[in-house]
Amino acid sequence: MGGVEKKKYERGAATNYITRNKARKKLQLSLADFRRLCILKGIYPHEPKHKKVVNKGSTAPRTFYLLKDIRFLLHEPIVNKFREYKVFVRKLRKAYGKAEWTAVQRLRDNKPSYKLDHIIKERYPTFIDALRDLDDTLSMCFLFSTFARTGKCHVQTIQLCRRLTVEWMNYIITSRCLQKVFLSIKGIYYQADVLGQLITWLVPYQFAHNHPTDVDYRVMATFTEFYTTLLGFVNFRLYQTLNLAYPPKLDSKDEAELRAENDEAYAMDSESYLEKLSALSASLARVVSSSEEEEVELDQFPVEGEDVEQLEARQKEQLQTEAHKKIFEGLKFFLNREVPREPLAFIIRCFGGLVSWDKSVCIGGTFDVTDETITHQIVDRPSLDKQYINRYYVQPQWVFDCVNASLRLPVEDYFAGVTLPPHLSPFVVEKDGDYVPPEKLRLRALQRGEKPENAESSEEEEDEEEDDNDEEEGSDDEDLDEEEESDERNLKKMEQQRAQGKALPVKVTAGKVKAENRARSEQEEQAEEKRLAIMMMKKREKYLYDKIMFGKKRKVREANKLAAKRKVHDETTKAEKKKKKAKK
Amino acid sequence: MRGKAKSKTTDRLKRPAPKEEAVQQIEQLPLFSDEAGPDGSDEDDEDLTDSEESIYSGLEDSGSDSEDDDEEEEAEMNSSAEEVKSGIETAPQGQDATGKLSKLQSKRQKSTPVKVVKGELEKQPGSAALGDEYEQDSSDEEDIRNTVGNIPMEWYKDYPHIGYDLDGKKIFKPIRNKDELDEFLEKMDNPDYWRTVHDKMTGSDIRLTDEQIDLVHRLQKGQFGDVGFNQYEPSIDFFSHETMIHPVTNRPEHKRSFIPSLIEKEKVSRLVHAIKMGWIKPRKPKDSMPQYYDLWAKEDPNSILGRHKMHVPAPKLKLPGHEESYNPPPEYLLTEEEKLAWEQQEAEERKLNFIPQKFSCLRAVPAFQRFIHERFERCLDLYLCPRQRKMRVNVDPEDLIPKLPKPKDLQPFPTTQSLVYRGHTNLVRCISLSPCGQWLASGSDDCTVRFWEVSSARCMKTVEVEGAVKSIAWNPNPALSLVAASLEQSVVVLNPGLGDVLVSSVTEQLISSYVEPEEEKTQAVQWVVPETEASEKGLRLIIRHPKSVKQVTWHGKGDYLASVMPDNGNTQVLIHQLSKRRSQNPFRKNKGLVQCVAFHPSRPAFFVATQRYIRVYNLIKQELTKKLLANCKWVSSMAVHPGGDNVICGSYDSRLTWFDLDLSTKPYKVLRHHKKALRGVAFHKSYPLFASASDDGSVIVCHGMVYNDLLQNPLIVPVKVLKGHEVTRDLGVLDVAFHPTQPWVFSSGADSTIRLFT
Repeated sequence: MGGVEKKKYERGAATNYITRNKARKKLQLSLADFRRLCILKGIYPHEPKHKKVVNKGSTAPRTFYLLKDIRFLLHEPIVNKFREYKVFVRKLRKAYGKAEWTAVQRLRDNKPSYKLDHIIKERYPTFIDALRDLDDTLSMCFLFSTFARTGKCHVQTIQLCRRLTVEWMNYIITSRCLQKVFLSIKGIYYQADVLGQLITWLVPYQFAHNHPTDVDYRVMATFTEFYTTLLGFVNFRLYQTLNLAYPPKLDSKDEAELRAENDEAYAMDSESYLEKLSALSASLARVVSSSEEEEVELDQFPVEGEDVEQLEARQKEQLQTEAHKKIFEGLKFFLNREVPREPLAFIIRCFGGLVSWDKSVCIGGTFDVTDETITHQIVDRPSLDKQYINRYYVQPQWVFDCVNASLRLPVEDYFAGVTLPPHLSPFVVEKDGDYVPPEKLRLRALQRGEKPENAESSEEEEDEEEDDNDEEEGSDDEDLDEEEESDERNLKKMEQQRAQGKALPVKVTAGKVKAENRARSEQEEQAEEKRLAIMMMKKREKYLYDKIMFGKKRKVREANKLAAKRKVHDETTKAEKKKKKAKK
Repeated sequence: MRGKAKSKTTDRLKRPAPKEEAVQQIEQLPLFSDEAGPDGSDEDDEDLTDSEESIYSGLEDSGSDSEDDDEEEEAEMNSSAEEVKSGIETAPQGQDATGKLSKLQSKRQKSTPVKVVKGELEKQPGSAALGDEYEQDSSDEEDIRNTVGNIPMEWYKDYPHIGYDLDGKKIFKPIRNKDELDEFLEKMDNPDYWRTVHDKMTGSDIRLTDEQIDLVHRLQKGQFGDVGFNQYEPSIDFFSHETMIHPVTNRPEHKRSFIPSLIEKEKVSRLVHAIKMGWIKPRKPKDSMPQYYDLWAKEDPNSILGRHKMHVPAPKLKLPGHEESYNPPPEYLLTEEEKLAWEQQEAEERKLNFIPQKFSCLRAVPAFQRFIHERFERCLDLYLCPRQRKMRVNVDPEDLIPKLPKPKDLQPFPTTQSLVYRGHTNLVRCISLSPCGQWLASGSDDCTVRFWEVSSARCMKTVEVEGAVKSIAWNPNPALSLVAASLEQSVVVLNPGLGDVLVSSVTEQLISSYVEPEEEKTQAVQWVVPETEASEKGLRLIIRHPKSVKQVTWHGKGDYLASVMPDNGNTQVLIHQLSKRRSQNPFRKNKGLVQCVAFHPSRPAFFVATQRYIRVYNLIKQELTKKLLANCKWVSSMAVHPGGDNVICGSYDSRLTWFDLDLSTKPYKVLRHHKKALRGVAFHKSYPLFASASDDGSVIVCHGMVYNDLLQNPLIVPVKVLKGHEVTRDLGVLDVAFHPTQPWVFSSGADSTIRLFT
C-alpha cells in the first residue's frame, strides 16, 4: 500500500456538480441575475445519481448544477451586460437623488441593452430544434398577448407578444398545418404539424385576467423576453419557407378591399395594420408572386422493402391528410357576435373556409349576414329571431368536432339550442384495455364510412346496443381483472360441494352430469401454474412484478369505473325519457 | 451657516414689513435716556458716534445683516450690558459717563429710521473722512482711559501711577492713600458709601446714581435692564411671505448683465461648427422593436450541439384528456364523493389539478382561474426543477416469472381433497400413519387418540387418555403395531390392535417378555406398566416424565424412541429404548430450547432443532457434526428427507427452509409460500414430494427432487396448494403427513377434522 492517499470527494461525481450558491459566487451574480441568466441560457439543475456522494456525505437538500454548465455561463457576454445594468441603475438613482434631470435623460438614453440572438442560436443550433421547443413559447406568448395593457408588465412586451402571435396564426393559416383543436375548460388547445414537428399550444379564453398575487411576474417576464426573441426568429424563418414577406404584409388586393370597406375612423394607421392582420381574414403577400397555388405532384418513390399494400396505405393516408386540410373548402361561415371570433376565424381559415363577422365585432369582415351564399352561421344562443332558410345555424363546437374528426359531421346534433354531444379530446390515443367512451366508438364508425342510423327513430335501439357493448366490455374487464379470483372462487365452490357431498349422510342421489368445460379447466390449470411459478419468484423480482401488476390492475379498475358510471348515467337518462313519454 | 446666509439673501427680496416696529423697540432700549440728554456734551459725542458707526458699518459690510429680529435684540442686550458696565466705570468722570450715554442716544437717533442708517451706509466713505474714526486704537467698544489693558492691577502696586493714558502720560494714583481706618471712617461717615465703587483701573471711587443702582438691582433679580422693556411682545415675522413693493437693495443692475457674453458666444459658435461639420448628430429615437433575420441561415446539421451530452430536454406538458373538455362525456364528471375527496387531497397528490365541469354551451365557459398559476408553475419547472434522465424499465411481467417444469409433468401429487375424517371434537394436533398405510392415528386436544381406517375414513378405535395429545408417532417397524403418543407429562405406548392379529400378538409378546434387570438403575423417567383397565384400552407402557412432553418420535428400527421436554433444563431430550425399558439423556447440556428432534433414517445421526439452529449429532461418536443456520426466528417443525441428506424445517415466521447437508450449513432455499406460521412439514417416503401446513389454512405440496448426482442441486417446484381446512381461532392446519406408499397427503386442522388429499 503506497502512494498518496486519495481524498474523498475529489474525484468522480462530486467534482462534476456544483451547488447553486457556489455557482452564484463563482459567477459573482445576485440571485435574481443568476435566475435570469439560467432562464435565458436554459440552464437547469440536475439530479445526481448518487446524491449523497455529490453532496459530500451530507444529506441536506441542495440543488445541483452541472459544473460544465456553470463554466459555460462564465463566458456569457450577457453576464457583463447584467453588471453594466447594475451600474446604470446605481447611476440613475444617484442622478435622481441629485435632481440632475439632464443626467437622468442622458443615462436613460444610454441605457444598456442586450440581445438574445446568439443565445437562441446556441440553444437551438438547428431550426428543427427551435421548433421542437415551441410549445411553451407559444403558450406563454399567447397568454401575455391577452394581458391588459396596464399593470403587470411592459406594454411593449404585450404588444410584441400580440404581434408575434398574430404572425404565427397567419403562418398557420397560410401553411394550413393545423391538425387538432380542443375546447378545454382551461382554454383552447391547438396542435399543428409544422415541418414535421407536432406543436401544441394553449390559448386562454378572452377574459380579463385575475392576476394572482403569489406569482412572480419577473420570472415570467424573463421567460417571455426569451420566448419573444425565439418566436420572432422562428416566424421569420417560417415566413421565408413559404416565400411570404416578413414582417407580414397583406395581399395588395385584399388590402385594397379592406381599405375600401372600412372607414378610416376605425383605428390609427399604425394600429390598424396589426388589427387587420389579426383579423385573420386576408391572405398575406408573397415575395415571389405566385398567381395560383400550383400543386406540385409529388413523385412516388417506393421505399425499399415496402410492398404494394403498404404503398397504397401510404397513398391513402396522404389523400386523407389532403382531404383533412380542405374540410371547410367551399363553405362560407358567418360568425355571430356572441361567438369568440378569433379562434373560430383562425380554425375556419386554416381549413379553407371563408369566414366573416359582424362589422361591430372587428375590422376585416368580408361579407354581410345578408349574404345569400353563406352556408353556415355559427350561433351560440338558444334561438334566433331572423333565420335564413338556405344556411345551417350551428353551434361553435361543430367546427371543432369536424376538425378533430377530419370530416364534416352531420349538423343535426349541433343546431342552435340543441343539447350538444360531448366534446372529446383529440389528443387521447386509446390503447387496448383503456376505456373508450361510446361517442368515440360512434365517431370511429362514422370515419370508417358506416352510415349512422337515423338519429331519432333508432335512438333507443342504439342505446340498447350500447348497453350490450358496455356489458360485454364490463365482462371482459372483469375477466381480465378478476380472472384469478374467479378461478379460485370456482375451485373453492367445487371443493366445498365435493366436501359437503362427502359429509352428507350416506344417501345416494342421482348425480348430475357435469359438463366438462375443457377450455375452462385448461385456463384454470394455466392460471394455477402461473400462481405457483409466482410463488417461486425471487424477492426482488416479485416486488417488481407486483408493482407492474398493481399498475395494470389499477388501470383496469379505472376503466371499469368509468364504464360503470356511464352505464348508470345512461340508465337514469333512459328512465327519465320513459317517464316523460309516459307523461305525454 | 451658508444656508442661513443664502436664505437671508433670498429673504431680502421679501422686504420685512414690521421693520419699523423693531426700530421702535430699539428706540426704547437705551438706558438713562432722560439723563443722557442734559448731560451729553458735544465734544465727545462726535468721536464716539463715529466709533459706533464703524461698528455698524463693519457689520453691514460683512454682509451679515443683523436686522434679523432676534439677533438684533440679543446684540442690543449685550451692548447695553457692556454700556452699563462702562457707564458704571466712568460715572465719576461725569463727562465720560455722559459721553457714553450720549453715545447710546446718538445710536438711537441714528437708528430711528432704518432708511437713514442705510443712507449713512451709502455715505460711509464720507464719514470715514472725518478722521476721528482711528482716534482710538482699540477696536474695543470700551471707553479706555488707561491703556494698560486687562492686566492684574497689582503689578502697579509699587508704582506711583497705575497706567498710561492715550497720550502715553502716566496716570497717577490718587494722592490720598486710604488705609483701613480711613475706610472705616468713610464707611461710618459717608452715607453714600454703599453706593460707592472702587475703580481699579483709575484708582478712583465712583458713586453710583439712583438709576444705576436700580439697574443693578434689576439685573441682580434677573430682570431686563430697561424698565419699559416688554419681554412678551408679540413676535412678528421679520420676513413674511408677502412680497413688498420695495426691493431689498436698490442697487442698479450691473453692466455685464446687458452685454452679451463672449464666452458663451464662443461656445455656441463651436457647437454650430460641429453641427455643420456633421460631428454632432441629433440623437436617434431608439428602435424598441427587435430586428429579426434568418438566424439559421448558415445552419450546419452536422455541427456539434451547443449542449453537452448530459443535456436533458425538458419534458413536454401532458396533453389534455377527455375530462378536461368543456363538455366531457358524463362518466368523466366527478360524483359528489369524488369531489369531496378531491377537495380534501393535497394539491400535489391530486391526479387532476382541476375539477371536470360540463357547460351546456361555449358562451357559458368562464375563464380558468388558475391559468397564470399553471403557466408560472411550468416556468418554475423549466428552470428550477432538477432533471434526471431515467431509464424506464420496460419489463414484460411475464418474463419475470421463472420458467419451471410444469406441475403436470411432475405428477403424481395430491390434487383434490377426497376424504374428511370427522370425529374429533377439538383441534387435531397430530397425525401419524401406520407403516403399512392402512391406518391413521390422530391425537387431539379433546384428550383422545383415534385410529382411522384410511380408505374408508371410519374411526376404528377411540382411546381416551389423560391429557391433550401433543404428538403421536406410529412405530415404523412394520413387524410391530405400536403407537407412541405424548400426553401432558408422559409418553404412552399403545397397541391399537388393528390389522394383522399376528403382528399384534407379536407386539404383545415383546412387551410382556420384558424382564426387569437385577440392579435397578435410577432413571430420569419412570416406566410404568398400566393397570388392567388402561391396558384394555390398548395402553401398554407409560413413561412418566418430569415435565410436559412436546414431541415423540421413533427411530427407524422401531426400538428407540426420542421425546422432547422443552421446559426441562438440561435434559430436554431423552432417548428411550423400548426393549430394555431404559431411558438416557444423550446431551450433557442443551443449548436453547429444543423444538423438535428427528432420527436420521439410515445413519446413526440425530437432529435437534432449537429455536434458530438445527444441530446434527453423530450418536456413535457422540459429537456434533453440523450446525445448520435456519435463518428464521423460531423453528416449528422439521422433517428429514428419506435419503438423509436434506432437511426441511418450517418456522413460525412463515418460512420453509431447505437444507442440503452436502452443500452448506446455510439454507439451500428459503420458500415463503405461506402467509402465516408453518405448523408442520413432511417428506414423502418414496415420491419426491414434501408438504407444509400452515396457519393460513393451506397445505402446499412441492415437488422436491433430490438427485443422486451430487453436482445437481435439488429441484424444488411448488405443485399444488391444497385448501380445505377452515381457520378457527387463528389456527389453520396443524399437522401434515404423507401416506407411506401412495402420493396422498393427510392434514389435520384446528377445525377438528383430518383431510385426505389424493
